[in-house]
Amino acid sequence: MVRLITHNMLTCHVKNCTKDNYPLVFQDAAVEIRPAEPNLGFIERFLPKLEWSALVSTAKALGDDSLPEVMPEDKEELRSEEFLTKLHHVLMELLAEHEVGR
Amino acid sequence: MSRPEEIAPPEIFYGDVEAKKYTGNTRVQSIQAEMTDRAIELLALPPDEAQFILDIGCGSGLSGEILDEDGHYWVGCDVAPSMLEVALQREVEGDLFLQDIGQGFGFRPGTFDAAISVSVVQWLLNADSSAHSPPQRLNRFFTTLHSCLRNPSRAVFQFYPSSDDQVHMLTTAAQRAGFGGGVVVDYPNSAKKRKMYLCLMVGQSEIPKGLGENGMEIEGDAGDDKVKNEKRRRTERARGKKSMKGVVDKDWIMKKKELYRNRGKEGVPRDSKFTARKRKPKF
Repeated sequence: MVRLITHNMLTCHVKNCTKDNYPLVFQDAAVEIRPAEPNLGFIERFLPKLEWSALVSTAKALGDDSLPEVMPEDKEELRSEEFLTKLHHVLMELLAEHEVGR
Repeated sequence: MSRPEEIAPPEIFYGDVEAKKYTGNTRVQSIQAEMTDRAIELLALPPDEAQFILDIGCGSGLSGEILDEDGHYWVGCDVAPSMLEVALQREVEGDLFLQDIGQGFGFRPGTFDAAISVSVVQWLLNADSSAHSPPQRLNRFFTTLHSCLRNPSRAVFQFYPSSDDQVHMLTTAAQRAGFGGGVVVDYPNSAKKRKMYLCLMVGQSEIPKGLGENGMEIEGDAGDDKVKNEKRRRTERARGKKSMKGVVDKDWIMKKKELYRNRGKEGVPRDSKFTARKRKPKF
């Protein structure tokens, strides 16, 4: 069970692994939605750390395509509540769960 | 009382039974909460801002709950599956990783705003299998941690060292990985309340002070005194005042003998040309 905010930060942790190590790909993952209280200020401050393309591709793989393909250039749009709420849903409320063994 | 890290490796020591016992024990809970609060205080996070924090050795999430209360988002990792199982049952907020911290972290650079760890790092100092080499594991741990922390940020580890050598080993490994900072000791004069925090910084330099008896911060007076005395010693030496080493010369011995004779002490050797002479080295 992992939130996409954490998944976006994860790479392969094997020493000297530099090829195809990001993003990690989910296999046979189930999706769970667990509501979390939004903290839009946090999301906004987290924006520079995110790897957008990896986030969008992973969200699509998990069946959520609410995010635009390219990160919006416009600062106003980035700060808008609508956009941040959408992002909050993907980052914090979308959980990927591995089904094997549990 | 024997130390748990000497009994078994962490993933075995904290088995199903011990994990439940540990988490259910109110005394452990209150101590952990106290130490976590102090560690968060040492992190000196900006007030009223949620942060993304790494909890190293989160166990059953006792420390994570306190991070939740403060509104922070956290990611935890631990090597003991049973502890994580308990954490899952308690439905903690953070994401959990089953991971040996001695093998390093797989996070992107600059991920976390801070890292805390309560009663964990001492486990790294033991070699639990022949493949484990504590210095190598420490090195990997600190270098990967350093890279996944934001600049500037802090990492605070509460730990129980069994000797000064262990403290030294930890601090040197951390310094080698590029961290600044050092060890903060709370209540240094109390055997029970004494707690040690390894306070590491990325891109900062000032170490916070340890707590004293009345919860007061200890001032740096002792250090200043030492410096003052050193200065006096140096000026005295420059003035040519006799140091203690030169005390045993002929004048001094004659004076003492005179004194003893006046006092009527028996067996004072008589004066001769050999008085206060050095023996030859071959003697």
